[in-house]
Amino acid sequence: MIYKEKGKTLFVGLFFLALALYPLVGGEYSITLVNKIMIYAILALSLELLVGSTGLVCFGQAAFFGIGAYAAILLSPEDGPASVWFLLPACVVLAATYALFVGALSLRTKGVYFIMVTLAFAQMAYYVVHDTSLGGGSDGIYMYFTPGEETWLDLSNPVILYFFTLLFLVWTFVFLAILLRSHLGRALAGIRINEQRMLASGFSTYPYKLAAFVTSGGIAGMAGFLFAVQDGFVNPEMLSWHLSGALLVMIILGGLGHLHGAMIGAFVFVFLQEFFKSAEIFGDFAEHWHLGLGLTIIISVALLPKGLVGLPELVQKRLFGTQAG
Amino acid sequence: MDLSVFLIQLLNSLQYGLLLYLVAMGLTLIFGIMGVINLAHGSFYMIGAYMAYALAPLVGGNFFLTLLVGLVLAVILGYLLEWAFFSFLYDREHLQQVLMTYGLILVFEEVRSLLVGDDVYGVSVPDILSGSIALGDVMTYPVYRLFVSAVCLLLALGMYLVFTRTRLGMMIRAGSVNREMVQSLGIDIKFLYRVVFAAGVAIAAFAGMISAPVSSIYPGMGNQVLIICFVVVVIGGIGSIRGAFFAALLIGLVDTFGKVLLPEASGVLVYVLMALILLWKPNGLFKAG
Repeated sequence: MIYKEKGKTLFVGLFFLALALYPLVGGEYSITLVNKIMIYAILALSLELLVGSTGLVCFGQAAFFGIGAYAAILLSPEDGPASVWFLLPACVVLAATYALFVGALSLRTKGVYFIMVTLAFAQMAYYVVHDTSLGGGSDGIYMYFTPGEETWLDLSNPVILYFFTLLFLVWTFVFLAILLRSHLGRALAGIRINEQRMLASGFSTYPYKLAAFVTSGGIAGMAGFLFAVQDGFVNPEMLSWHLSGALLVMIILGGLGHLHGAMIGAFVFVFLQEFFKSAEIFGDFAEHWHLGLGLTIIISVALLPKGLVGLPELVQKRLFGTQAG
Repeated sequence: MDLSVFLIQLLNSLQYGLLLYLVAMGLTLIFGIMGVINLAHGSFYMIGAYMAYALAPLVGGNFFLTLLVGLVLAVILGYLLEWAFFSFLYDREHLQQVLMTYGLILVFEEVRSLLVGDDVYGVSVPDILSGSIALGDVMTYPVYRLFVSAVCLLLALGMYLVFTRTRLGMMIRAGSVNREMVQSLGIDIKFLYRVVFAAGVAIAAFAGMISAPVSSIYPGMGNQVLIICFVVVVIGGIGSIRGAFFAALLIGLVDTFGKVLLPEASGVLVYVLMALILLWKPNGLFKAG
């Protein structure tokens, strides 16, 4: 068990180190791609807090992401770059506020009903930006100036943005790892395993769940800010249930209940997407990249009951016939 | 809104609600009995609609023959799918099944794209049903839409009778309450699951086929129906056939009249309704059973 923990820490450390060294070798296109994957990894981590750690399956995470992204653009002045130190907290607070509203209502329900209510609230946010002129309707909206332009923290520079994103990915990971070891994290694990028993032993579970929900929404809003800054453009599809679904796929693919599983899931999912989209490998068939992605997901469900983080254990069992660790 | 317009919208909402019911019923049965959240259920509706388009030339353009062939194919598809993709998943966590069905959506959409292409298609209404009947002095209503409503209603009634009056229905209801107990009574639960899954697929595909002439056929149509059907299932109470029926009609009414009376808010209306109902009754309007 101790061996396993050490291996995990080593893995995560090497992983972050590799990300930090990547701009030395990668071209501009691939830096932008990895940056996008890191944003998805932050988003996947925020969902992991709810699904893997607390057992709350949220099917509307894209809404908080989208609200953060829209806030980044709508709160930016049109005549000059906004300050990062104002804009980023504002996006986080707005997304967390919506999460407070959604969580306060939806946490009254349980199980599949919770899945559907969070979906419903996300769809509401989706239709608000899609059908009203608030954020450019279905066409989306552009950002005129990248926050921090002409200061030392010029986020329009891909390399600076890359390290800014990496910093927040590391921060999110460490923050959640500490949170899960805290009193709050233990209470959340208790809720996941047996909420009845938690209630019986005198815990009022509702405030704990709400705290997790709001934290998760705030982190998703932060990812939304990063996304809006990177693309300079947002559209309603960022709030669509397709993204919420894809995020769930990432964390399940990676392996639920492990923070590094969520990160691995996000990276593998986007890599698979790019792999099957690549015209150099698949030629004209790259147009049908969903097929390859879908089949890979199906095969991985069939073969990897614990997701990708369960892979080493599975291999070890096959080769040596013993449990890992 | 005068009376004939109101009547037309009422008939439209009834037809839409009944169609939703056919898809949602399969979804609620599969969840209630097999415990599988089937994201790919909307794809079966899509497959049905594309079958109505693609099979017609193969069987000589006869719409009713197309329906029959499509229905048989859908049953076979459902039976094989359950065997190949779901039979080993029941002991796993729910989310593993969600992942599996998500993968299936992607595969179905791409196979559709490879076989039929990404264009929007229409299917013509069969000649016998192509007329209209008069409503009031100036308004008319197409016969085919009435036919769709009637067929859906008959099918719903038929399923209700199977469910409540037959031995198979009894086994299905028992299976949804306690799987182990049913197994220990000597009933082959695996066979039961396969039957339920195949029936759900067939009914969803049938709904897609029969609705093809009144709505165009386009990529992604399954996903749209899926989300609305989830709303139906949740409002009605998961696993409740009766709940799905009333919830589908309610959604049909709210959506159709919402588009007429509040066009700018029509998209969001259904979800607001669902949120309100769940806050009032967290387990849906009708309890499972």
